[in-house]
Amino acid sequence: MQDKKITSACDTCSHFNADGLKKLGVNTDNFDFVIALAGNPNTGKSTVFNALTGLKQHTGNWPGKTVVRAEGAFEYNDQKYKLVDLPGTYSLLSTSQDEEVARDFILFGKPSVTVIVVDANRLERNLNLVLQILEITDKAVLCLNLMDEAKRNMIDIDERTLARDLGIPVVPTSARFNTGISELIQTVSDVANGKIICKPHIVRNIPNNIMKAVEKLSAEIKVQFPEIPNSRWIAFRLLEGDESIINALRKNEFT
Amino acid sequence: MKNKTIEDIIDLSHDLRLEIGDDFHDQLAEGIYADASEIAKGSVSTENQNKSFRFDRKLDKIVTSKIWGFPIMFFLLAIILWLTIEGANYPSSLLANLFLDTLHPILKNLAGSIGMPWWLSGFLIDGVYLAVAWVIAVMLPPMAIFFPLFTLLEDFGYLPRVAFNMDELFRKSGAHGKQALTMSMGFGCNAAGVVATRIIDSPRERLIAIITNNFSLCNGRWPTQILIATIFIGAVVPESFSGIASLSAVIGIAILGIAFMFLVSWALSKTVLKGEVSTFNLELPPYRPPRFWKTIYTSLIDRTLIVLWRAIVFAAPAGAIIWLISNIYIGNESIAALTINFLDGFGFLLGLNGVILLAYIVAIPANEIVIPTILMLTVLVTGITGGEGAGVMFELSSANETGNILRAGGWTLLTAVNVMLFSLLHNPCSTTIYTIYKETNSIKWTTVASILPVIMGFIVTFLVAQVWRIMT
Repeated sequence: MQDKKITSACDTCSHFNADGLKKLGVNTDNFDFVIALAGNPNTGKSTVFNALTGLKQHTGNWPGKTVVRAEGAFEYNDQKYKLVDLPGTYSLLSTSQDEEVARDFILFGKPSVTVIVVDANRLERNLNLVLQILEITDKAVLCLNLMDEAKRNMIDIDERTLARDLGIPVVPTSARFNTGISELIQTVSDVANGKIICKPHIVRNIPNNIMKAVEKLSAEIKVQFPEIPNSRWIAFRLLEGDESIINALRKNEFT
Repeated sequence: MKNKTIEDIIDLSHDLRLEIGDDFHDQLAEGIYADASEIAKGSVSTENQNKSFRFDRKLDKIVTSKIWGFPIMFFLLAIILWLTIEGANYPSSLLANLFLDTLHPILKNLAGSIGMPWWLSGFLIDGVYLAVAWVIAVMLPPMAIFFPLFTLLEDFGYLPRVAFNMDELFRKSGAHGKQALTMSMGFGCNAAGVVATRIIDSPRERLIAIITNNFSLCNGRWPTQILIATIFIGAVVPESFSGIASLSAVIGIAILGIAFMFLVSWALSKTVLKGEVSTFNLELPPYRPPRFWKTIYTSLIDRTLIVLWRAIVFAAPAGAIIWLISNIYIGNESIAALTINFLDGFGFLLGLNGVILLAYIVAIPANEIVIPTILMLTVLVTGITGGEGAGVMFELSSANETGNILRAGGWTLLTAVNVMLFSLLHNPCSTTIYTIYKETNSIKWTTVASILPVIMGFIVTFLVAQVWRIMT
């Protein structure tokens, strides 16, 4: 087992209080917040999951390892968090079962915070999913994982610019070596408690006629369901004729 | 009232959809890509001398090449199996010495000295204890070596390359390329492989993957294959080649399983499950140096012990049942003997025998206990004793002695070959059957997936037996 190394000055600071972390394993009773763990396949979601919960879910170096959602819990500064590890997907736009599991949870499970785990080595490709998730939820944290490999591959990522462009906090980690996990927990807790307010990026490169249709439809949805935060995304799905979303609307599952 | 407005919104979306045309999906996807690319450009800088990317690519060129891809695959499998076969023999005999030769008599004596009635000590010690001890002695060493090695390969990132190599063959058989991944998962555990088929989006291709997953040799069956091949196949060639011969036999069975998977996938996609093959993107992840000790640790804890525990949980009641049916008499014969006699004729046709068929019925809950069940039935019913003592006591200190028991039970080389074939081609274990039912929600497809392999097993072993008997 790896010793916990001090990886940043914050670790030694009493205010940082990573000691407030208690791994609760599968004990998911009476939680204060629900945290969803989303991301592309093979970015280390399960490793992050294990690092946070102390569980030993088997991790494997191949895409599609997690097809059902796994649940675990941890406690941080006397607040209980339930963590849900979603199947890795490349997008949320198609209809395979693993993508639906992931999408439905973010949409209907209404997690307090969605942690999006991305591979720092393949940021551009991973951002496709990130942008789609940000259309659905406005409480998200980007976990820039596999930083150790990125360093070896001499890939340099300016986290501040990235955080500004995406409108959500960005935390670099190497979950395999437990690096950055304390910072991740702190950030998740800040977003969950409303100390950090996200202003997620909205997809801009969309042709005008489509944009107009989306705006018209989304305005209509907002009138009927004022409390829905993601009317724009629902408009996207309706324009695509997504049956499961139409059914959800009919059954009033959005309220 | 609200329902009406919801319908209005849905209607509006229909109208707008017609207005914007049907390339909406692509436009949206392109828009997202464009945004992603802009953002990435803004924050990522790379010195394009990407050494490890280049290393990955070079390695990928070799392990996924048309010429070397398959030989490398079989070579790696061969190394793992060889290490397993070579490494498992000594600890196996050590465990057998401890549990069967030392502890078993002690327990029996103890039971006798406290005046336990014969049927209770028989039931508990000759039934439950012996089955569990056998499972541990026979199964633990190969599993403890095989799983960590397999997991190391998995963590290194080799499995997706296997999928890449196989992809075209699967598509040619009318199945989904991702089935290569679920197949690999099945080499660990078929129930897990069946669950993994959720990554396949088309229901048709998913069903094919579910029905054919059983042709991946699983956890419970690798040790059976390895043991039988070591005892019987290794023995027909000169000593110095026996390792290679048994190795080739096991790999041959695994490849045969893959061949059956293609064949059945193809047959299904041409008949009851017709349809188009869908395309998909398979991402080759970077090679990652496995964290050696951690991998060894987790694969021992996660896989080996869990699988072993499962085997023990099923072995204990199976041992009890075996003891009961061998000791409850109807007329002059025990239930086990009657059943075995009844099955013997059919077994002979298949080049097997009644003991083996009964063992496969007893072992439906878990493939892991087939060999221990066969051994116990052979000993209890035919009354063979290996080594000193009476009743069920005998020594089982090495693979050779297991072989002696089996030979005394009438096994020949043909029996061994057909047991290997039947171990590949028979019904999935009850856990897998239940998983198939949960995943397909259909009794019909669950039945197909359960019965089809048994029928194929009957046909194949029957043909082999007939040809064998004509030839020899």
